[in-house]
Amino acid sequence: MNPALSSTPFASDGPSTASTAVQPLLEVENVRRSFGGLVAVDGVSFRVLPGQIKGLIGPNGAGKTTLFNLVCGLLRPDAGRIAFQGRPIEGWKPYRIARAGISRTFQNPSLFLQMNVLENVMVGRHRRARRGFLGCALRLPGQAAEERAIRQAAMQQLEVVGLAHLAMFPAGSLPFGQRRLVELARALATEPRMLLLDEPASGLNTKEKEDLADLIRQIRDRGITLLLVEHDMSLVMRLADEIVVLHHGARIAEGPPQVIQNDPTVINVYLGGNLDHATSSQES
Amino acid sequence: MNLMRRIPPLLPFLLCAGVMVSLQQLMRATGTQYCLTQLTMSLYYAIVVMGLCLLMGHAGQVSLGHGAFFAIGGYTSAVLTTHNFSAWGHSSLGGWLQQGRVLIAKEDVFGNAILTVSPWAAFLAAMLLTTLVALLIGYPALRLRGHYLAMATLGFGLIVSKLLVGSTLTGAADGINGVPPWPLAGSLTVTGKTAARVQNYYIACALVLLLLLLLRNLLRSRIGRALQAIHDRETAANAMGINTAAYKLKVFLLSAWLAALAGVFFTHFTGGIGPSEAGAFKSVRYVALAAAGGMANLWGVTVVSTALNYASLRGWFGSLDNAVFGILLIVIITLAPQGPLKPLGAWLRRILGLRNLSEERLERS
Ligand SMILES: Nc1ncnc2c1ncn2[C@@H]1O[C@H](COP(=O)(O)OP(=O)(O)O)[C@@H](O)[C@H]1O
Ligand SMILES: [Mg+2]
Repeated sequence: MNPALSSTPFASDGPSTASTAVQPLLEVENVRRSFGGLVAVDGVSFRVLPGQIKGLIGPNGAGKTTLFNLVCGLLRPDAGRIAFQGRPIEGWKPYRIARAGISRTFQNPSLFLQMNVLENVMVGRHRRARRGFLGCALRLPGQAAEERAIRQAAMQQLEVVGLAHLAMFPAGSLPFGQRRLVELARALATEPRMLLLDEPASGLNTKEKEDLADLIRQIRDRGITLLLVEHDMSLVMRLADEIVVLHHGARIAEGPPQVIQNDPTVINVYLGGNLDHATSSQES
Repeated sequence: MNLMRRIPPLLPFLLCAGVMVSLQQLMRATGTQYCLTQLTMSLYYAIVVMGLCLLMGHAGQVSLGHGAFFAIGGYTSAVLTTHNFSAWGHSSLGGWLQQGRVLIAKEDVFGNAILTVSPWAAFLAAMLLTTLVALLIGYPALRLRGHYLAMATLGFGLIVSKLLVGSTLTGAADGINGVPPWPLAGSLTVTGKTAARVQNYYIACALVLLLLLLLRNLLRSRIGRALQAIHDRETAANAMGINTAAYKLKVFLLSAWLAALAGVFFTHFTGGIGPSEAGAFKSVRYVALAAAGGMANLWGVTVVSTALNYASLRGWFGSLDNAVFGILLIVIITLAPQGPLKPLGAWLRRILGLRNLSEERLERS
């Protein structure tokens, strides 16, 4: 239906794209966004099928974060279409997109620093509760129960990421790696259909990265579709069902990990030909 | 573990009520009950600062124009309850309004029959007008951030005070006097009459305690967390499904209502209102008081604001009155941006041998 999508070299390859009958959860079509003269995202198209883990890779400045911001509504595309569950969502405010079922974490952990860890995750439950200003001020019947339910559900998500013991700590007192996990718990607390993770493993040690990989698989097994920006190539190659490669804002390749690993264009972009070395030199 | 968690939730309110009663008893015993008048006025001013605590301390939105909302509330009540509407008396609308007790017939000081709006109807009109103005100002202004928002609200306050001074309807530079008492219910009446001084002190106390309770409930709920989230990281709050624009407008409206409510009570209590209430000095003073009380600390801003306004109304600062609040603001913002109460609280906890969690954490790492 869309020429840009059907011209994708890997559109019919790989296990998860084999059934073209499945309606994609997220469709990004020819999306473009520039900042002044700089085209940060240049006519990018791809689709994410339900239940997939889709990787999004590319050198620093390739436009990955910008693409995330376009999908979740923090930026408006200059051109192009973004559809979620078949509904166009481009131009929607972030809160509406969140309510439609897309949640995210940020490249720089964006916790609410005046709150404790549990309260941060409780904010994720916001859209799952109803009481307004009046109901809360007057403690109308049901408000206390609702508050308890919010607390319980938030606590559950903290247990999922293994931080339940830090619930009452000020968010600002946590080290970087744990802040990422709190953000993940906060995003999960919204009960999203789709989760966008922006470099979740950066700043984690090897052991923590392994735990994160397990956690991401666990999240996928719960039926949540993931779009994953990650610089650690070995991690993204192991986790992703399919990978999109961005370079200077444009999609230069798309396909299953083993194909991407051997794609000459991709190898060229990542300097020396060894993906792992290329990233570690970039991160320093 | 944490002291705050073990305090029964209503204890602070009972303590506060206890202090309020003790103060009145003390003044009665020392024959200084005339001071209750200034204390009552200070309590009404504190309600404005409570609104700013919500708006600035929690939602992180600056307003340098809340004096204007106090004035809009007070002036609407004052104009409607003192203006003679007898020209309307013969129209069918006038008759209908009289039957609904919106317009009431009485005599002015010279014994002439006049027709004025009843205080309750004037109160409703004041809140309605406040809603309209707050939405009109808040909708565009809240798209601005930081000092742009501060400047927009400051400009709004200046316009309102100029309008009040320039209009004969609002008594120009003299303001409005002779505002009638406001019979609330039964024998409860908001009035400045000496005989009702104690009663009026307790009316103000009850109002402040009630509002404190409601606001405390609000802040300890999903709404309170949403406001704090907007303060801390607006983009993240939005991405979590919070309609940040709507929440900012709602909390702005709520704080405007509190200011206007205080203005209405104040005007009936003092029997009048002047244009200085809308002035920039007053608006800045409210912000200074909120800052001095710790901005986000509902109890702190209420206590500090009542105490300092009382001192000001009793004339303790003499001719330096406005300067004191300006200096206070500068000192607080440069030396203790979180307000003096937080360091004081930490010090108290230390000497009581209690530690809060963050300190424990620091020690462990
Ligand atoms: N808000 C912005 N204003 C101006 N330029 C931006 C903005 N956001 C991103 N850019 C630019 O767009 C390009 C892509 O950035 P980004 O999406 O953050 O890349 P990545 O996440 O892949 O490292 C970069 O050159 C960056 O400087
Ligand atoms: Mg990025």
